[in-house]
Amino acid sequence: MNARRLLYITGVVALIAWIIVPIYLIALGAFSGRAGVFRWPKSLWPGDATFAAMQVFLQVEGVWKAALNSVIVAGLCMLFSVLLGAPAGYALARFSFRGQTAYRLLIVLTRAFPLAILALPLTVNFIRVGLYDTTLGVALVHTALAFPFAALVSSSLFMGIPRELEEAAWVFGCSRFQAFMKVVLPLALPGLAATAIFAFVISWNEVFAAAVLTVRERTLTAYLLTVLSESPLHFRFAGGFLLIVPSVLFIFAVRKYLFAMWGISNR
Amino acid sequence: MAGILIDRIRKTFGAATALSEISLEIADGEFLALLGPSGCGKTTLLRIIAGLETQTSGRVVIGDRDVSALPPKDRGLAMVFQNYAVFPHMTVFENVAFGLRMQKVDEATIKREVERAAALLHIEPYLERYPAKLSGGQRQRVAVARALAVRPAVLLMDEPLSNLDALLRLEMRSELKGVLQQSGTTTIYVTHDQTEAMGLADRIAVMHGGVIEQIGAPQMIYERPATKFVGGFVGSPPMNFIRMPVEAGRAALDGFAAHCPGSGRDILCGIRPEDMRLAPGGDGLAFRVMVAEPLGSTLLLTGKVQDQLIRVAARPDAGLKAGDTITLEPETRRIVWLDPETGRALGA
Ligand SMILES: Nc1ncnc2c1ncn2[C@@H]1O[C@H](COP(=O)(O)OP(=O)(O)OP(=O)(O)O)[C@@H](O)[C@H]1O
Ligand SMILES: [Mg+2]
Repeated sequence: MNARRLLYITGVVALIAWIIVPIYLIALGAFSGRAGVFRWPKSLWPGDATFAAMQVFLQVEGVWKAALNSVIVAGLCMLFSVLLGAPAGYALARFSFRGQTAYRLLIVLTRAFPLAILALPLTVNFIRVGLYDTTLGVALVHTALAFPFAALVSSSLFMGIPRELEEAAWVFGCSRFQAFMKVVLPLALPGLAATAIFAFVISWNEVFAAAVLTVRERTLTAYLLTVLSESPLHFRFAGGFLLIVPSVLFIFAVRKYLFAMWGISNR
Repeated sequence: MAGILIDRIRKTFGAATALSEISLEIADGEFLALLGPSGCGKTTLLRIIAGLETQTSGRVVIGDRDVSALPPKDRGLAMVFQNYAVFPHMTVFENVAFGLRMQKVDEATIKREVERAAALLHIEPYLERYPAKLSGGQRQRVAVARALAVRPAVLLMDEPLSNLDALLRLEMRSELKGVLQQSGTTTIYVTHDQTEAMGLADRIAVMHGGVIEQIGAPQMIYERPATKFVGGFVGSPPMNFIRMPVEAGRAALDGFAAHCPGSGRDILCGIRPEDMRLAPGGDGLAFRVMVAEPLGSTLLLTGKVQDQLIRVAARPDAGLKAGDTITLEPETRRIVWLDPETGRALGA
């Protein structure tokens, strides 16, 4: 009993350390100024906390535009992933059709090709159809990354909703579509919201495709990658911190739905 | 107006046959109970009538419309599901109102109908609750109320009272019967509780292994079962089947003998436990009591005639106990003679 408890606590501590410590170090770097970054040993709290780096950083030309691009791209990616992934998931969950297993496998396989290999042909094609250097183009690539996740998660989501509920709706006068809207969707909504948020975060954090496929319409990650490689260290920390904060806040805000999705806590 | 005709319905799931050529006609306003053991295809048949399952072959006609190819919503019926299928994201009120809302009924009527159905099933106190906060029996009653609220012409119910305690079930049963009779609703009522079927139905269809073994009035099913299965399934305790040798058109065993139909060398004598008189000293079957169970209204005796196990319902004051040997006199008029090979009843 005691040994198990010890193991449990150790596990929790390790997990927290795994996630919190890097975030904390980045935050420390971002707020402790030029000298603080190199100080060793690190103080737990920056005695001379300063927003200077952050302030300078936020005034760098193009940061706000890139941030806006990031929001647009992630928003589009979220939209596309759910609009395409949810119907695919519903089909996988409710219908048995030929090649279903193959289709399932294919969905996962889309993640088997490294983006680095796809980048060149993708760039060429994007230039040809006029998607190169547009937020829409980046959003489409990000959707390709997020879609497998969206489709598979929503399929298990729909599988968890008893078929009889839908059937009851049909019997009492609903068409297939009405039953979906009135019964299935409300029940799947928390899970779908979680799926959407994951798509958002995947897109927000993605840097490779965004960097390769844009020149002027950079997303925040791609922009920071180019700008920060020439900046002093504390600026880099400031940039990194700025990147992390939105996704952490976002996930924190919707954690209830994430947990509901995995059945950890409910209602 | 809304009778149901089930015409040679077959249903297979892959290699397994769930229903083999079911034909059935239910008159407008009739109450038919579908009775049978678990897995005999009752739910499958209901789902085919409702349009939730596609038949392998055959037709379903409701009223004068062939609905075989129509989606559920166009078949004009209501259903109570075996596992309730109450919508978890709606309050009880909204659940009961669901069908009416789909029919775009005005708000005042919805309120009135919901309250009527709720009162009938004693769920008024829970109207504002969500189903997650209800017990199984309460949820089941919500499912029944949801079906009654739309005042359907055809009502399909799949074991709608299975989860209620005995007292409440008895009460609901009679109220249900009253309401459905009054509204003239054509009802198919699935159950594997035979007292429920006997008490409620105008006619009972006994199903077994995907076929209808017999269909008829409850008393008919009880007194003249068409097969050994029906006799054994309907009635509690079940009918006894005593194998007897036949000589020159007479079945005889121990001191008992009676005219019988058929031409085999052996015959099955089907006789209900309550249709055997205790006749001490008279002519009849020598019965050795092995177990005596006082059931209140009767004394149930289990024992052997020669080496065949049978049950006898005696008067509670018969004063018999294990080890006693008595003579039984079956009432000849109430005997059902069956072919021991096919298990089918033989015409007298
Ligand atoms: N979707 C399905 N796929 C394959 N077999 C099925 C399916 N649905 C039902 N069956 C089979 O068909 C037969 C009849 O099932 P059904 O559900 O109609 O039985 P039931 O009479 O309602 O039983 P119960 O009283 O236990 O509810 C069973 O043998 C069952 O295993
Ligand atoms: Mg069933």
